[in-house]
Amino acid sequence: MAAKWSLSGALRGMFQRETITEETWDDLETALITADFGPDITEQLIDALRADVERLKVDDPKDLRRMLRERLEERFAEYDPTLSLQERPAVILVVGVNGVGKTTTIGKLARFLIVNGQSVVVGAADTFRAAAVEQLATWAQRAGSAIVRPEREGQDPASVAFQTVEAAKTHGHTMCIIDTAGRLHTKGGLMDELGKIKRVIEKQSPIAEVLLVLDATTGQNGVSQAQAFIEHAGITGLVVTKLDGSAKGGFILAVQERTGIPIKLIGQGEGIDDLTGFTSHVFVEQLVG
Amino acid sequence: MAAFGSLSTRLTETLAKLRTKGKLSASDVDGTVREIRRALLDADVALEVVKSFTAAVRERALGAEVSEALNPAQQVVKIVNDELVGILGGESRQLQLAKQPPTVIMLAGLQGAGKTTLAGKLAKHLRGKGHQPLLVASDLQRPNAVTQLQVVGGQAGVQVYAPEPGNGIGDPVKVARDGVAEAKRRQYDIVIVDTAGRLGVDADMMQQAADIRRAVQPDEVLFVIDAMIGQDAVATARAFQEGVDFTGVVLTKLDGDARGGAALSIRGLTGKPIMFASTGETLDDFEPFHPDRMASRILDLGDILTLIEQAQKAFDEDEAHRLAEAIATDGFTLEDFLKQMQQLRKAGNFKQMLGMLPGAKGMREAIDSFDERELVRTEAIIQSMTPQERKQSKILNGSRRVRIARGAGVTVTDVNQLMARFEQAAKMMKTVAKGGVPQMPGMGPMPGMRQSKKVQKQGKQQRRSGNPAKRTAEPVQPAAPQGSAFGKPKAEGAFGELSETDQAALQRMLGNG
Repeated sequence: MAAKWSLSGALRGMFQRETITEETWDDLETALITADFGPDITEQLIDALRADVERLKVDDPKDLRRMLRERLEERFAEYDPTLSLQERPAVILVVGVNGVGKTTTIGKLARFLIVNGQSVVVGAADTFRAAAVEQLATWAQRAGSAIVRPEREGQDPASVAFQTVEAAKTHGHTMCIIDTAGRLHTKGGLMDELGKIKRVIEKQSPIAEVLLVLDATTGQNGVSQAQAFIEHAGITGLVVTKLDGSAKGGFILAVQERTGIPIKLIGQGEGIDDLTGFTSHVFVEQLVG
Repeated sequence: MAAFGSLSTRLTETLAKLRTKGKLSASDVDGTVREIRRALLDADVALEVVKSFTAAVRERALGAEVSEALNPAQQVVKIVNDELVGILGGESRQLQLAKQPPTVIMLAGLQGAGKTTLAGKLAKHLRGKGHQPLLVASDLQRPNAVTQLQVVGGQAGVQVYAPEPGNGIGDPVKVARDGVAEAKRRQYDIVIVDTAGRLGVDADMMQQAADIRRAVQPDEVLFVIDAMIGQDAVATARAFQEGVDFTGVVLTKLDGDARGGAALSIRGLTGKPIMFASTGETLDDFEPFHPDRMASRILDLGDILTLIEQAQKAFDEDEAHRLAEAIATDGFTLEDFLKQMQQLRKAGNFKQMLGMLPGAKGMREAIDSFDERELVRTEAIIQSMTPQERKQSKILNGSRRVRIARGAGVTVTDVNQLMARFEQAAKMMKTVAKGGVPQMPGMGPMPGMRQSKKVQKQGKQQRRSGNPAKRTAEPVQPAAPQGSAFGKPKAEGAFGELSETDQAALQRMLGNG
């Protein structure tokens, strides 16, 4: 089994050297690109760090590591990662491309909210993928939340969403999380459907958060995913999943900076409690070591 | 992607400087290679593959003979393209069927790569080829993966072997083994084993996959991977190669706009062939993998070389001259119109040509809606006219039009529409010949049409470039305005969406900017 690659691991070797050499910069570039930061951000970071090193006359790689951490933290911390769930019920719509872990995220989020004293109902508006409703039901059961299922197969997802918000109102749930079918951001018709779901929900209650779920192993395509979902669904926050698998996810910095949408939640495991809020400091600490 | 500017645009900027030089110098090549490196990284090709790739391109570009037919810019593009296709593999491989049925196919891949859906697609594909596939539900991990496979199997019209309910209950290795035995007993000739998705670093799950592999001795192990994956493709592919030693690769979610650099990474690192591409939500969106198409997708270069080649082959120069003369003397007739069109049809599949233009990816929908038969119909109408009618379209009165419509098997309305389009085209040609720039709805400036007065002279004494590559590329231009001249409005859209920069980029590539 290949050892798990991580940015911190890759950097460890280079920070143990005596002085900063050209090789250090090469290694740093390789490490950042391998962590999916993309060529642009990598170049910016390296240029900035080179300038700092020059200016401060630093030649200990350990200082360079600290500087890298600071730079990254600063850039990650530019946006506010707090979920805004003041509405009652607070409606959370979860969107994303196929297979990024939307349903799993909802299970974990429901659990997270319930543990924090909220009463949650989830809506299975993914009426497209085979067995998606059952998958969500399993998670709802684990999390201990209520669920609204479609009344019949292939029901219009917007109507399921509507019924979920309605149920939240009648039964007095404080939070309402709606699952949607995964859709590639290039499919115009499916993206329009999201717009409809949103409009239908808003007839009853304002939407507190629209969360876009991104798979941490995604590469530079993450940016165009986010842009398309902003346009059609007006996303308000990012959720990054499967971070345990890759220990990378550098591309989310590009997504956050290019779209201005903050990263709000991080999923790092298959267990139901493996979802945490995003804090720049902790994230960078894990990334860089 | 747009924010970075497509590679074709950026590359042509770099290459524009080389255009006049005969041979590539080291610094020219370095500049170009830098751009290619960046573009490949943007396309999520793994860094180590990028490094070896750019090294190979650099070496070949420096050592390249000065080509007679191509200018330096085109030469570099050709080298890049050759190398890309080379790595991606010349041809796609077929599934290896076992001599003794059943053939066992095992699917493995990361969570969310699309294995279960793919199982259904593969089953349907094989069933269409006259096989009797059996799906085996060995993903007992993900909630309701078994149910999903049953639904998918139902849609594909194949049997699903699912003795265990899943959701963490049951032994996947035993299910796989029993599934194969079941297939033998009940005479299925293909068994497709769906396994649980796993993260590349999860040793336990990988062990499970390895155990399944050992238990069922599959003839093919297909590694299913999401085309959107980033640099992690390397670690993932390596982990799976060590874990289950896959024999082929399936790339999924290719209907998105990811460049799919992963294809290049995996092929470059493991040497395993990419066999299938999955391109949509329904079970029929499944096709064999085409390395050449992937090459142009990764770099978004458009298959410029093929475009040039095709155009060269099809367009005969004398005809182009005659046409230019005709337009200049204001005598653009239906006959010219017809000839233009035949040239275009000779150039091969028109849709395909459109698709090859750089930046054309975004207009795929418009291309799809373009009906090539429209060309055939138009041709039929013109051919139903007498020579005199073709020369003097003004004489076409009602009864002549009825006769023509009958001859061409269309309605009079069709004939009228064609005439309207023709008149529009003729007017446009006149404007061009007079040195003006024709205004066309939804179209940027026409490629190759200079706004200067030189155009006026272009008629008889058409300037011929000294550069052979330029000269051969030139005749392509008259074809360009045709799209809106005789196409239906939809087709006009197809051209219209080709942005100004793309047109400019193409133009520069053709060595004519």
